[in-house]
Amino acid sequence: MCTSKYTSNLVFVANHISAVSSFLQHTDPMLKKRDEFEDMLEERRNSSDFRYALKCYTPVVYKNLTPCDANSLKSMVLQSDQLHYVISQVSKETGRTREDLQEEASGIIEEMAHRLQLSTVRFFAFALCKVFKTLFKSICVNEDGIQRLQQAIHEHPVVLLPSHRSYMDFLLMSYILYTYDIALPVIAAGMDFMGMKVVGEMLRMSGAFFIRRSFGGDKLYWAVFSEYVKTILKNGLAPVEFFLEGTRSRTSKSLTPKLGLLNIAIDPFLKGEVFDISLVPVSISYERILEESLYAREMLGVPKPKESTSGLFKARKVLSEDYGSIHVYFGQPVSVRQLAEGRVNRCQFSLTPRYIPMRPNEDVQTFVNDTAYRLVRAQEENMVLKPWVLLATILLQAEDLERGIPLEELTEQALWLRDLCRQYGGFLHWPGMCSKVISSSLSLHHGLVRLSEGNVYLALSGGPVSPEEQVLSRAVPVLSCVSYRNQALHVFVRPALLATAVHTSASNNKQDIFNTFSFLRNMFCNEFILCPNATVQDFEEACFLLVKTGVLQVSQQEMVVTPRGHRTMSFLSRLLLPFVQGYQVVCAFLCEKASDTLTEKEFVQAIRKFVIKQLLSGTLRYPEVLSSDLQKNAFAALLRLGAVHKVKSVDQTGLKINKVTVNSLEDTLGKNPSLMSDSNSLFQKIISNVFLGGKLPTPKASVARL
Amino acid sequence: MAANSSSDRQRAAQQRLQIIAGHLQRPTNYQPDITAAECKAQEGNPNVSNEERTVPRRRQDIMKWNGWGYSDSRFLFNKKGQAEFTGKRYRLSGMIIPGLKDWMEGTFGASLQHKAPATPILNSTAVQPATINEAFVEEVKATTIPFSVEAEDRVFRAHGHCLHEIFALREGKIGRVPDMVVWPSCHSDVVKIVELASKHNVCLIPYGGGTSVSSALECPPEETRSIVSLDTSQMNRILWIDEKNLTAHVEAGIVGQDLERLLNESGYCTGHEPDSMEFSSLGGWVATRASGMKKNIYGNIEDLVVHVKMVTPRGVIEKSCQGPRMSTGPDVHHFIMGSEGTLGVVTEVTLKIRPMPEYQKYGSVVFPNFEQGVACLREVAKQRCAPASIRLMDNEQFKFGHALKPQVSSIFTSFLDGLKKFYITKFKGFDPNRLCVATLLFEGDHEKVLQHEKQVYDIAAKFGGLAAGEDNGQRGYMLTFVIAYLRDLGMEYYVIGESFETSVPWDRVLDICRNVKARIIRECKDKGVQFPPLSTCRVTQTYDAGACVYFYFAFNYRGLSDPIHVSEQVEHAAREEILANGGSLSHHHGVGKLRKEWMRETVSDVGLGMLKSVKDYVDPNNIFGNRNLL
Repeated sequence: MCTSKYTSNLVFVANHISAVSSFLQHTDPMLKKRDEFEDMLEERRNSSDFRYALKCYTPVVYKNLTPCDANSLKSMVLQSDQLHYVISQVSKETGRTREDLQEEASGIIEEMAHRLQLSTVRFFAFALCKVFKTLFKSICVNEDGIQRLQQAIHEHPVVLLPSHRSYMDFLLMSYILYTYDIALPVIAAGMDFMGMKVVGEMLRMSGAFFIRRSFGGDKLYWAVFSEYVKTILKNGLAPVEFFLEGTRSRTSKSLTPKLGLLNIAIDPFLKGEVFDISLVPVSISYERILEESLYAREMLGVPKPKESTSGLFKARKVLSEDYGSIHVYFGQPVSVRQLAEGRVNRCQFSLTPRYIPMRPNEDVQTFVNDTAYRLVRAQEENMVLKPWVLLATILLQAEDLERGIPLEELTEQALWLRDLCRQYGGFLHWPGMCSKVISSSLSLHHGLVRLSEGNVYLALSGGPVSPEEQVLSRAVPVLSCVSYRNQALHVFVRPALLATAVHTSASNNKQDIFNTFSFLRNMFCNEFILCPNATVQDFEEACFLLVKTGVLQVSQQEMVVTPRGHRTMSFLSRLLLPFVQGYQVVCAFLCEKASDTLTEKEFVQAIRKFVIKQLLSGTLRYPEVLSSDLQKNAFAALLRLGAVHKVKSVDQTGLKINKVTVNSLEDTLGKNPSLMSDSNSLFQKIISNVFLGGKLPTPKASVARL
Repeated sequence: MAANSSSDRQRAAQQRLQIIAGHLQRPTNYQPDITAAECKAQEGNPNVSNEERTVPRRRQDIMKWNGWGYSDSRFLFNKKGQAEFTGKRYRLSGMIIPGLKDWMEGTFGASLQHKAPATPILNSTAVQPATINEAFVEEVKATTIPFSVEAEDRVFRAHGHCLHEIFALREGKIGRVPDMVVWPSCHSDVVKIVELASKHNVCLIPYGGGTSVSSALECPPEETRSIVSLDTSQMNRILWIDEKNLTAHVEAGIVGQDLERLLNESGYCTGHEPDSMEFSSLGGWVATRASGMKKNIYGNIEDLVVHVKMVTPRGVIEKSCQGPRMSTGPDVHHFIMGSEGTLGVVTEVTLKIRPMPEYQKYGSVVFPNFEQGVACLREVAKQRCAPASIRLMDNEQFKFGHALKPQVSSIFTSFLDGLKKFYITKFKGFDPNRLCVATLLFEGDHEKVLQHEKQVYDIAAKFGGLAAGEDNGQRGYMLTFVIAYLRDLGMEYYVIGESFETSVPWDRVLDICRNVKARIIRECKDKGVQFPPLSTCRVTQTYDAGACVYFYFAFNYRGLSDPIHVSEQVEHAAREEILANGGSLSHHHGVGKLRKEWMRETVSDVGLGMLKSVKDYVDPNNIFGNRNLL
């Protein structure tokens, strides 16, 4: 049964591939139209900051807005039907009185609610002006996007969805919106900021509202929180801003979107409470990230410092550095109504009072999930790539990290990669002459990279410490570089998966290659933004790009690398290699080293030790495998594929490892074409389960088949 | 005021009588070989007054063939460019409406320079030749039931009043029409016709007042049999009035205005007043589950009907007694009500009647915004104190109503109007672009009406409502009678429009109004309409659990190659929006063929199967082949 499903899938795919070229001509990424940028700091450098902070601020508001202050917003939430309903439910379940719960609800909302005050915003505007001018060369904003946003705010309730790479993000957002006279958003912030006493309150007064990191089972909290967000949206009181990725991405890769808030934000549309909602993706790209080395250390296991006002004060030394420029791109507003057209039957909400919270149906869940991926991809696409991103990519691919690459070679490669990146639709910012661009990039990132005797190399410091410590400390600049390289991954990931698949597959047979592609894609979908159920589209896109750039030749049955395509092919597969090897190491660890008593908590420590050993012994080349992010993603993938199971006991979560599966996954990741063609092996069965792309059978089912 | 208006009505009734008398005097050289059949029911019945028929067999003698209503009544722009309503039938007749031109230009971007005149007369050659079933015709002749195969008669019965139907007629385009029209004059005539139709496999389409707005009267183009339009208009007598039980037994072809007038002569009324009551028929009400403006006192048609007789291909269906309520399995009346002519012809109905109300009073309330207005209506419904009629118009419709104000004769009135306007907008701070108005109609004995009025105004005050006079109220109701005439005027100047309705739970009323109106505007824009459309609604009925909402949309179609297609697409999208917002497929217009595609999701697979199996049993050969509903 399994095999027949597999074949039918292939037939479907094969049909699709033939239609690729004609279909994709319209979506050639190179033809993407993007707006021009304006530097908003320029004016600040030429006129009074004080006057700027006191400027007349009269933003365009939602056309159906009935003005409402922070306190009446709170009482609207507390008096809402939804909250009343949930309170009576919880009261029935727990036996607590309704007054008690009502009290708790007001407590929750006091803790959560924003208290936006224009005076605080003006203060921040003034202070941030000073800070930004010292830190950054320029803050570039696409003013057309601002225009579109203004229009969108007038028409419908708006949700702002910026990418999240730095603590700066939401201050920066509010700063920009204030400058351009756009309605200030209310921003969902993690509770951890509240720990910073004064600053927390100030953030609150500049529009932040605070939500607890986890409140899984707390129905009352969820009700207050969701009603709060919905009330703001339904009445169009202010744009609502939150981070789809849930948290700052420490690796500069976009994170798998979190759906909770998006679900809440879309709900008023689905239930007909508003005509439409505009989702506006915003891409913020930093030339140099403030938290650069902090993130690298965190990935290596140095815990993240707790947010505190004094900590922020200490961090002021970062102020003396140059952080280059920031590009902020306000994307095209996306209409939820248009997205939902034909996908969600809104009639399903007609039969129950709308204030009764219900678990969304499957079609709604899929819809929200797809929407989230779509928006994250929109963020990625409009992320401006600085030249350094390409340089870091090249440097990390050097034969020897310590020796680095001669400058001329780096320059040549950078130019080559620049063109490739553009052809693949990357939004590259490459200001002027190549040599100048490179030297200024190198000097901006002087903490990470050195230039001596014509060689460019990573600044790998090594002190007189134990070899393990040395491995860790040398990994810091590598991981920093990796985070810059990662910024470009979204441009290359699909072609890279295909390139790897071409290299790994047993034959040039198109279907074989698709199988391998599908397997790799499935394996890595915790690592990169790969929309679920889009295997075929991704494959088509990758084929299109590689064919277009003359790297691959595709015939009815075969895919062959052209002679001039080898360079691109090897670049692409080397781009993916650290991930492939990283995942293999995790598999190897689970097979060889993991004891039966390994718990989830211990995993992180244990794998780190294992990786250090591998690095020291030289069997593993890539220090970036030390990244706990990569390890966690690999682990999550194995869980998803049913190779590992969690066994929950009273005080901890143990792990049950299916070594056969893990082992075969490890092998498949490596170049072992002979295995792929062995149709009779048990292995084939495992893999074909994994192969079925987005439509993977549930872990349980695949184990049962084993 | 009330006395005034009732004398007005008497005058209007008088005028109607005169006109009708005039029509009756006209020599009838029409189908001379056929004489009206004697019906048994007609004999020896003291209550019958069969002189005063509003609707002659030749409808074209008094009504427009390609527009709404009486030929003598229409809007036009006179030489001075002022709007005027012609004729003598209505309150508005002969009056100048100074605000209409500006409103039309301002709302639609229409211009008096750009006219889209209609084809003046029906070109009979454009009408398909009739497909005659000779054997059937022979046997009908033998019965002496009058019939006609004339093009004019056939075309008149091939349409209702959907926009696309009227628009096509104005353009002189005529599709499939009935091949023959028959005019039974009593129940037994109908029985004969249905028997003959079954015998000769002829398709029958019942025709009452022809006011359908669901494409229900359109002949299915795929129908190859001879189509016979069964016009019930000559079955228009009140057969008896039972004062003990307050019921009247009436032939189903009677139109609303005749029914009320005749009952009024005996001191009674049904109180059933759909907006189309001038022309729509009792049988049509039953067949579409009609609703009347004053349903709060008198009920909708399903509340009024005590007994129905329907002729089907299987035979006659009726209940054996007139008990006011029965527990005898599913109510068979509910197979009949809403059957939309797919099962048979309703021939006679026993209706509840009431003594005529002693006193009637209009009223109106202005609210600062629509939200407050809806909240007020909801409260009125909650307290179950709704007047005979209560309607809430949105801001656009309020302005529309305002534009229809006839020229005032005295300076004093216009001064008062100015003062009122000043008081509401300046003193009370109402935004003229947000305020909306509720129109009210109270009925009953004098004292109770005043009491009731106070109760309603007190509730309104809680929602910021200000009483705004009887005049505004009355004009609001007038709007619904003249709106169809206005559509004809619009079409003269490139403006087309349509109305549709739904019913929806209270908590969704505001959302559905906003979303459907916004959807109309968006769809018009997307479909290339060059001018901003009029998109407006009113909450037109209240119930315990929800309300009926009525939408109008209209737009200037200059620059569009296929305006009707655009309009249909917009209406389709608006209906999708209604359904997505928890609204029903229809409150009282019915399904017809226009809304058929949504029946399955509306009543579920099993529901549709039930209806189908009834159809299969009652009419296995699809004699009643208008293909509505299912």
